[in-house]
Parts: sequence; C-alpha cells; structure tokens
Amino acid sequence: MNGYSGQTLIVNLTKKTIETKPTDMELAKKYIGGIGLAMRLVYDYIEAGVDPLSPNNPLILATGPVGGTMWPTAGNGHVFAAKSPLTNTIGESKAHGFFGAELKRAGYDVVIILGKSDKPVYLWIDDDSVQLMDATFLWGKTPLETEERIKKELGDSNIRVASIGPAGEKLVRIAAIINEISRACGRCGMGTVMGSKNMKAIAVRGSGDVTIADVEGFLDFCKVFYERAKGPKTRKYRTLGTAENILTHNKIGSLPTRNFTNATFEGAEKVSGEYISERFVDNIVACGGCPMRCEHVAVVSDGAYKGSIARMEYESVWAFGPNCGIDNIEGVIKAIELCNVYGMDTISCGVIVGFAMDCFENKILTKKDTDGIELKFGNTEAMIKIIKMMGERTGLGDILAEGVKRAAEKIGKGSDKLANHIKGLEMTGYDVRGLKTAALGYAVSFRGADHNRHGAYGFDVGGQVNRFIVEKGRGVLVKKREDFYTIIDSFILCKFSRGLYQNDHEDAAKLYRILTGFDMTTEDMRKAGERISNYARIFNIREGFTRKDDTVPIKSMTTPVPEDCVAKGAVVKQKEIDFLLDEYYEIRGWTKEGVPTIEKLKELDMEEFIKVVKPKIAATPTGGSKRKSGR
Amino acid sequence: MVTTRKKFISADPKKCVGCQICEYVCALEKDKVFNPLKSRIRTVRLYPKNLALACRLCEDAPCGTACPRKAVEQAPETGVILIDDEKCDGCGWCIEACEFGAITLHPESKVVVCCDLCDGEPVCVEWCPEEALELTTTDVLAQKARISATKKLFQATVETKS
Repeated sequence: MNGYSGQTLIVNLTKKTIETKPTDMELAKKYIGGIGLAMRLVYDYIEAGVDPLSPNNPLILATGPVGGTMWPTAGNGHVFAAKSPLTNTIGESKAHGFFGAELKRAGYDVVIILGKSDKPVYLWIDDDSVQLMDATFLWGKTPLETEERIKKELGDSNIRVASIGPAGEKLVRIAAIINEISRACGRCGMGTVMGSKNMKAIAVRGSGDVTIADVEGFLDFCKVFYERAKGPKTRKYRTLGTAENILTHNKIGSLPTRNFTNATFEGAEKVSGEYISERFVDNIVACGGCPMRCEHVAVVSDGAYKGSIARMEYESVWAFGPNCGIDNIEGVIKAIELCNVYGMDTISCGVIVGFAMDCFENKILTKKDTDGIELKFGNTEAMIKIIKMMGERTGLGDILAEGVKRAAEKIGKGSDKLANHIKGLEMTGYDVRGLKTAALGYAVSFRGADHNRHGAYGFDVGGQVNRFIVEKGRGVLVKKREDFYTIIDSFILCKFSRGLYQNDHEDAAKLYRILTGFDMTTEDMRKAGERISNYARIFNIREGFTRKDDTVPIKSMTTPVPEDCVAKGAVVKQKEIDFLLDEYYEIRGWTKEGVPTIEKLKELDMEEFIKVVKPKIAATPTGGSKRKSGR
Repeated sequence: MVTTRKKFISADPKKCVGCQICEYVCALEKDKVFNPLKSRIRTVRLYPKNLALACRLCEDAPCGTACPRKAVEQAPETGVILIDDEKCDGCGWCIEACEFGAITLHPESKVVVCCDLCDGEPVCVEWCPEEALELTTTDVLAQKARISATKKLFQATVETKS
C-alpha cells in the first residue's frame, strides 16, 4: 500500500492480547491520519462520560500518510489521542523527532492501546514481532534513563522510544510522553493516560521500506518545498528559533507576564531569543528529514544551574520566564530541563507555577501552604522547588499536579479568578486581551486553551486586522485556519512549515495524491479539514460541552492591561466573545449554541453523528437563545 | 601522489544537524525506497552533536584486507570500494575492520554495501540542506585546516594587541 502501511495494531493491556488488523481505509481517507484518524478512532472505543484515567479510555498512537518519507519537516511525527484528563474533551498531542518514522517503517498506521496492565509494562514493537515487556526496572526513571535502559536491554542503540517520566506514573495531570530527550507530546495529559494504564513506554524498531505512489512526482514537489523552506517563511525557525517571539510580543503588549497580569515584561531582553542564542545555544539540531532544523539546544555552563540542557522554544521560555516574572534565563533552562526529567508539559507547568505565585502574592496561599517557600513572582529558586514538588506530588505540588483548574477548585478563596485555562487546559503565551482574533481561536479550540489549533494570533500580530476590536470577518479567518491546521496535524506536517503551503489545501491535496495514489481534490481536502474540526466538536458535545465553555480565562476578562504600553486598558468583554461566537458558529453551519446542524453533517459525510447532535438541537428548538451584541 | 587526491564524502561536524536527509536520498537513489537503513551514508546523533559518516576511501583499505573472499576490493584509480555481490556472503569481517562504520550489511540482500560516490555526483551532497557534506580530498581538507588555524592565530594576535 502507498502512503499508509495498511496495518493497525491493537494492544489490550488488561487481557494481555496483541493483534493486528487492516487499517480502516474508508476512515483513513476521510480523516487522513495523525490527529484526524487517531481522534476519530477514540470515539469507537469509548463511551460518553468515561473517566479519562480509567481503563476504559483508549490511548491511540498514529502516524500519517507522509510518515517515513523525507518530506520537509514531516515524515518524522507521531500523535497520541485520548480523552484528556485535564479537560474531559477530546485530547491530542503530537511530537516530531524520529519515533514516528520508525513506527511507520515497522509497518503501522495506528496503535490502539486498551485497558490497564496489572504491572508496569512497556510495549516493544520490532517490525512484526510485538511484545509486552516487564517495566518494573524502569519505574521511577526519567524518560532519558528509560530510553537508555531499554536500548541497553534490547541491545540496539537505534531503537526509538517514547516514554513517560515519574510525573506520568504519579498521574500528574499535565504529564507528557517524551521521545528523543526533548521532544514531547506535551499537551492534554497524554502521559497521564499512559501512566494510568501502567504503561511506561513504547519502543520501536522498524526495518521496512515506506512506499509511496509517485516517487518522481514526490521528488519534484519536494524540491519546490525545499526551496521554499530556505525562504523568508521559515527564517525565524532557522535563525533565533521561536524564542524570537519574546521581544516581538513584548513590543506590542501581548507577552503575558506575571500570570497574565501584565502584557509586557521589563526583563524580556534577558530571556529573549537574541540573548539566548548569543550566550547559551550550543547547537541547532534537526528532526529526521528536516531541512529547516529548528531545535536550539541551550546549555548552562556555570553557576547554580550548571550543566542544565534544554531545547529553547518560545512557549517554554515564556511559561517559566515572563509568566513567572523571572528574567534569570539559566533558571528557565533548568525549569525546562526539569519538565523533561519528570515528563511534564512545560506550558501547563509554567502556567501552574505562575498561578501559585499569583495566589501567594494575593495571600490566597501562605508560607504554611508552600512549606516555607517564598513563592513570589521572580523567585527562581522557588519556581524550581515547586516544579519538583509537582513532579513528585509532594506538599502543595500534589494539589498543583491536578492542573490549574482543579487546583483552583481545591484551593478555593477565589483563586479560580487567577487560574488561566480554557476548558481545563492551561493557557499558552499569547495575551488575548490585545489579540482579539486569537481570543476567538482560543475560545473555540477543541482541546482547550491552545494556539496550535488555529494560529489566529498571526492575523493580530501581523497587523492584518485591528487586534484591539472585534468585527465581522474574524470567524471566517479562524475557521479557515482551523480547517487547515487539522490537515497539517493529520498528515503529520510540522506547524513551523505551515508558511510553505502557499495554496493550503491545494498543496495538501496534491501531496496526498502523490503519496497515496488515491483521488483527492482540493475540495475533498478542504472537506476533510472541516470534517476533523466538526468531529472534535461533536466528541465534546457528547461529553456535555456547550457554548458557555467557549470562552477565555476569567483574568483576561476582568483585568485590563494595567501598565503603560500600546495595549494599555485592553481586556476581553463578554459581549465581544458573544459577537465572535455568533459569527463563527454561523460560518461553521452550527446552531446558536454551537452544535453542528444535521445539514452540515450530511454535507461532510458524517451521518453517523446525527444521533449525537439531534437531541442537542431538539433541546433548543428556537435555535438557541437570541444574543444581540456588538462590539 | 595520485592517491592523496582521492575524493570522498566528508561531513563538517560544525554544520551537520543530524537530519538524515542524506540517508533518505541515498536509499532512494540506490534502492528506490524510503528507508535510511539502506543508506550508504549514516548519521550519528550524540545529543546535541551530530555527524554523517561515509566511506573515507582509506589507503590499503582494511575492509578489503579483511575480506576472506576477495569480495571487497578497492578501485586503484578512484579508491572506491567495490563489492562483488556474487562473492560476498555477508560474513561481516569488513564491517568489523572499518573504523568508521562506513560499510554495512544490506538488510534485505544480506551483502555489504558501501558508498560508491554515485559516479562522482553524490546525491547526498546535492541534497544536504546545511551544505555540511562535500566531495573532497584530504589535500583540500588539510589546506582548509591550515587556513583556519592561521586565521585563528592572527585573530588572537589582534585581540591581544587591542
């Protein structure tokens, strides 16, 4: 088979059974692969209302049709999908590196992991030979130690490993699944789901060929993209890396600082991409098959955090830097390294630390709660201690490990007003008070607070719209981006290469034809992108999510930007959210309550979900409450 | 004197990012498949350092000397390692003899494979996005090293003066 390997692996940890079956190609064509196919398959293995940490939540690993090829920035990715223990929505998280290509060469499009093992295990996929291995000796080990020990036990240093760290074992809800030291399926607590199954890791060795339909066509198209990859669209990733965003956002007042209180940071210079590149970046490395190579590896060469090594990305640097009021970049590097050690999402972790600091500053938490730690903004040492406490679930860390939403519920005292999350997933580094298109993207993102589902900040930061107001047209912008981002994550391409797809779905459809040999028009591809977005919405609706969940954090709606800067006074108002949602739902062909209509489902060949939306539409016969709101 | 001008593929450790594109294009060129395991050039990643390795065309190549079946021989003019698929039975003595891991057993044919420089136009050099690979000679590498060392010396002198 071309583009797909054609095989799906099903592992039942409760029954200790392993079987393969042909990949459902009808579903693969409709949902492409990657997050599309993986999220869709979750539906087939889960009932509504299942506890995400129970054995009844499937964990689904998938590659995509471009996997195992040298397509620029792609071919090396993999995704995990399951119901998220942070949000109870559909959860998905992808990573690049080398693991995905290895899995594809081993011959699998999808690996479905069901049930729960009675003792720690890891899955060993060696082409056609698949076994569950005892992982008792790996329990408590970091992802890096796990990877090294598995390679040693199996006697091959080229084996690829994706594993959880101590945080995943302890069911810290922000746990990640980490591959190749620094690559993480970080968001949505996929590592927590793996931990809940008593599963430590997946090790893969694949020796098979990856075949595609049109090799000559592939090479020609590949050359076009290699040239584009050397151009201006990828300059940032190739030079300073995403950390360049620190100063960009600081300048325009969209750099969330001190737990989203301020929108500029006086210490930005000292945690900027420029500063890091000049002083700390030891090397820039690539994922498999990528001509852009963006991984800026920073090393601390002396001082208190000597020897710390971590990959520098804007989100991670922002989360522990500006967001915690910290301008000590060495401490930030240490914090990121600790997340790789415990196996936690850097974004969620930084937002939770920022939240705890905000609580301390507001006397909601005192030294009694923090074991004597002076948990103030800007205190690097305190941040490091709290991260360790979270990774180990000790003291206050045990509460924080539940994620910011649940932690606020436990702490009480109005701390929910300081908890920056949407649907339970921690916010990312964009201050939506001064980025109103992004505010819509964040509000409707199906996995909770997330910039990677829409990239709508691009319109705001790039100046294509007036970012301080809401107006007609934002819904279209967000929808279009969302429906292409679902395609990017389903192939699986790297988001950093999104600018190379000048013709969005047209380029994607052509690539799909080259890879698979299947018919796929631009319109089909557009429909596939929209179908994946709608599917995710339907999953969430079945779990009880409604219009009221499509919002932004309370703090962004109650705290206008206080300091003197271009964004001073900016805030998101409820009527603005309502205005944005009304237009967005309408453009999506959804009801006023945000439920996909039966006509829309028919248009997208999704008739099997009519039974989910029908009762929701029937419940609001008028088509939802009337909202008349403007700017 | 001719032997010192033998061309081989050299990777600059300062430039190599470990992306494997050389592996992908090599396997595509030689075997028409996407499979780095079938590449004649291989990358090594020792995080965060990387290097691609291919045959260095050694003088009196130890792989050739090691072969008990005369299946591995060196072309006298170019120095390229020639493998006789009929004679090779995959015993692996040449693999043990090579200090660079530049000769490997093909996973399917079970005979050894080695870089043949693609008739003088190596695809890996053509595709390397970092220009880390080049088809070069030990003479050229030595020249470069001398120039770089001299530059460093003058740089140091300038800095001491200022």
